[in-house]
Amino acid sequence: MRVFQLVMLMGFYALLGGCGNVWNDPYPIAERGGNILYSSFSERPKHLDPAQSYTSDESDFISQIYEPPLQYHYLKRPFKLIPATATALPRPRFYDARNRELPASGDALNVAYSVYEVRISPGIRYAPHPAFATDTQGRPLYLNLDAASMRDKFRLRDFPMTGTRELTADDYVYQIKRLASPRVNSPIFGHMSEYIVGLKAYSDLLVVEEKKLQAARKPGQVPPMLDLNRFDIEGVTSVDRYTYRIRLNGKYPQFIYWLAMPFFAPIPIEADRFYGQPGLAQRNITLDWYPVGTGPYRLTENDPNSRMVLERNVHFRGEPYPSEGEPEDGPAGMLAEAGKMGPFIDKVVFTREKEGIPYWNKFLQGYYDRSGISSDSFDSAVRVGSTGEASLSPEMESHGIRLKTSVATSSYYLAFNWLDPVVGGAGDGLQREQTRKLRQAISIAVDFDEYISIFANGRGIAGQGPIPPGIFGFRDGVEGVNPVVYENKDGNARRRSLEVAKKLLAEAGYPDGRHTRTGLPLVLYLDTTAGGPGDKARLDWYRKQFEKINIQLDIRSSDWNRFQEKIRKGNTQMFFLGWNADYPDPENFLFLLYGPNSGAKANGENKANYQNPEFDRLFERMNNMENGPERQAVIDRMVVILREDAPWAWGFHPKDYGLYHDWLTNVKPNQMARNGLKFYRLDTALREQKRAEWNRPMVWPLTLVIALLLLSAWPALRSWRRRERQVARPALQSAAGKRG
Amino acid sequence: MTAYIVRRCLYAVLILIGVNLITFWLFFKVNTPDDMARMQLGAKRVTAEAITRWKAEHGYDKPLIFNAEAAGMSRMTDTLYFQKSLEMFRFNFGQSDDGRDISHEIQTRMWPSLALALPVFLIGLAAYISFALLMAFFRATYIDFWGVVLCIAMMSISGLFYIIGGQYLVAKIWSLVPISGYAPGIDAAKFLFLPVLIGIIGGIGSSARWYRTIFLEEVSRDYVRTARAKGLAETTVFFRHVLKNAMIPILTGAVVAIPLLFMGSLISESFFGIPGLGSYTIEAIQAQDFGVVRSMVFIGSVLYILGLLLTDISYTLVDPRVRFE
Repeated sequence: MRVFQLVMLMGFYALLGGCGNVWNDPYPIAERGGNILYSSFSERPKHLDPAQSYTSDESDFISQIYEPPLQYHYLKRPFKLIPATATALPRPRFYDARNRELPASGDALNVAYSVYEVRISPGIRYAPHPAFATDTQGRPLYLNLDAASMRDKFRLRDFPMTGTRELTADDYVYQIKRLASPRVNSPIFGHMSEYIVGLKAYSDLLVVEEKKLQAARKPGQVPPMLDLNRFDIEGVTSVDRYTYRIRLNGKYPQFIYWLAMPFFAPIPIEADRFYGQPGLAQRNITLDWYPVGTGPYRLTENDPNSRMVLERNVHFRGEPYPSEGEPEDGPAGMLAEAGKMGPFIDKVVFTREKEGIPYWNKFLQGYYDRSGISSDSFDSAVRVGSTGEASLSPEMESHGIRLKTSVATSSYYLAFNWLDPVVGGAGDGLQREQTRKLRQAISIAVDFDEYISIFANGRGIAGQGPIPPGIFGFRDGVEGVNPVVYENKDGNARRRSLEVAKKLLAEAGYPDGRHTRTGLPLVLYLDTTAGGPGDKARLDWYRKQFEKINIQLDIRSSDWNRFQEKIRKGNTQMFFLGWNADYPDPENFLFLLYGPNSGAKANGENKANYQNPEFDRLFERMNNMENGPERQAVIDRMVVILREDAPWAWGFHPKDYGLYHDWLTNVKPNQMARNGLKFYRLDTALREQKRAEWNRPMVWPLTLVIALLLLSAWPALRSWRRRERQVARPALQSAAGKRG
Repeated sequence: MTAYIVRRCLYAVLILIGVNLITFWLFFKVNTPDDMARMQLGAKRVTAEAITRWKAEHGYDKPLIFNAEAAGMSRMTDTLYFQKSLEMFRFNFGQSDDGRDISHEIQTRMWPSLALALPVFLIGLAAYISFALLMAFFRATYIDFWGVVLCIAMMSISGLFYIIGGQYLVAKIWSLVPISGYAPGIDAAKFLFLPVLIGIIGGIGSSARWYRTIFLEEVSRDYVRTARAKGLAETTVFFRHVLKNAMIPILTGAVVAIPLLFMGSLISESFFGIPGLGSYTIEAIQAQDFGVVRSMVFIGSVLYILGLLLTDISYTLVDPRVRFE
């Protein structure tokens, strides 16, 4: 037995010995020293089709693969649009109902149509893909595949031949058509069909066509490809090989931001034809699984349960590292590689990590090049100073890790349902005034500065209005402080005292938290999806905030579906919600409070159902203005109205903390775009050196454990031998007695 | 025996239909097709039209059980239950709500789950039986006493502690194996060493104690006394008689678990980054993916029925007195 254990032990050591001088390296030995970035993901991406993908997790992948015509400048803040595949930013042209061109500065109400003409650079080529593979006569190699040729095809790499072709304007037009396809189900179709001329009508035609195809198919048969080019969208046309034109209803200045999102990235029709062949979808060979784009990387391995691998697109034209940025970028070394052509990294390996502890430890071992900070590891990673500034812990500093923080372009808020008779905005003048004061009192009492400190490790800033920092319209400093909730004390904003809140509550008709007429205590209801043991502290905190002004809070927990349903139907009183910016324009936050967008009345994003005619009028004006002092003035007025009406308690804007090893450089967090991998730089020699230093195997504890186990078996062995002898002795004596 | 197996298989079909019906009812009691559409389409800018289109595209626009608008048999067949469930009995699970082929997913994820679960099961079973035999062999001695104390102590500790402690000690402090991850083929060994070790250690307390009880019960039987009276050595008594006769209750627990090894382990796979089936069902429930939920429940039921059948058959192998008649 001991020989067997010894052999097993030697085998194990031999196996580990094969791992080189580092035994716990989770990556193949062949990858050591490679110019490979190691990162992680926790949620498996649902969609990699740019017409469907709408989450930041998925964006980490597809933003490296697909190229919309525009992108955000990597270094400049506030966020600035620059061309990606386009030759220049398109300037919209405006027309009235009679198709006469209007000046850009004209009244938006006269604008019947806006036209965006996008010209793309010639010579851009797609990453290698079997959809482009052709035979010697130029015919597609993998089209009309029969059952025999499909027999050994289970992954994209089972199609060995690949090809490429030049990007054309038709590919962008084709993708816009895909947004309307009933087979794609793009989340932005509904929104875009309000603006893009003819998109809805085009979709209706496709739906009819789809029904015909479905009706004609035999049971168990896959319907043939839906030919999107059979019809045209009235408002989307190719002007020439490199130019396309989009015609919008009315004026929609924010449309240009959509042109920087993957929804408007090009898709070659060859890809749709290839993936549309019968049998491929059943083997997960779809565009949603294997993207094809013109970006700096292509997806070469897609195992969303385990790992995703991006490799350099050999046909990528290269993109120069920016030579301009923010003032601090130069001294920070962020401009050292200005003008050099990216991408600088050959391969990016994303490994799935569902649990925070192994993920964090692997980052500390050097097996991930970057990491976020979970609440569990926050205290060991970051020190927060008395003035709130964050710095690294000594352990992190000794590892050479760098901390980068940025305020997310997001807002989390406590919404008051405007349709609710107690906290809403309905009723006559006096009632409206009273409910307004009640909301203001609650806004003061619910201390979001404390919330950030307790539940977010200080990672956030208290909201003063709906617009987060980094978005035009946000006001910093004293002039940005919400006077309803804060007061200016020696130049610092201080939350107003509870006495002020209680006074407002009394004026609202609830002195000391009791109804003036009935004397009954005021009970308010908060709807939430939280309710498990892990949420108890947070829910207790909510109750405590309301108790401060003697309001009883009844928390109604429900699952996500019911929670959403209640909000949709307006059957809530208060609830927490958040919004991540689609694009860096104040419209993307202020529209969350625009009356006609009411969630209960119009299925819109104004979940609080807030309605204020003056705010709505100003929104419509602001919506069509260029950024400038005039627009800022309008926004300021809107924010004043909102602060006074308090349809939300303004919550907070979270801060993102990122940790980076010192061998990874050129990193600047970008909340609006995630296509920055092309500019990252790795010092792989330093990484190898640090990994070897941090991960020296310790064999002696294992040997000791095995020795102890063997040693503990010794008394048992001795005892067994003794018992064997004890059993035998009486039998022998008995036999001897008989003989005697 | 063949008749018995055929009869059991026919029962199994009825059980599976029942399980399928209950799963269907429970799932749609909690989630409506609209909820499923919203979950897939996301929380932003979802229009009623988009929901209608999603439901039509995924076949969730039909009535659940009974189609009052249809005629004849179509009232039953042109329903969500019939359309979505019939194919499963041909082991065609269709596509998940995000468009991925479920059979492909299961085939892919099954092997990592097995790679973890099978060694834990086999080595664990051997280790637990050996440890239990040791305690029974040295019953009423300090070895037995401290063995039971160890078992109770190990049972009292959460499985999560073994995982986190093991990862910290073996993978982080000693740097002997990777903390988490997976690679196919022989490369899997370095990733599986720690989870297998922890899986075995984590189960030793409850299993060894249970097996010890079984062995002690057998030890006190008449045939054991007879064997000893015949002058057989204690090791012979234990390994040839006690162990064999104690196999029936051990088999009851062990054989029924064999098919379920395919289903994977939720916590271990999650912490060790093993891309198995363990988390597939949980993720599907969270994502309200009915296609995956019903498929996994169906497979779980089939495997459980198979496990029970195997247990019955295995009885005949270890105890000739058991007959299917």
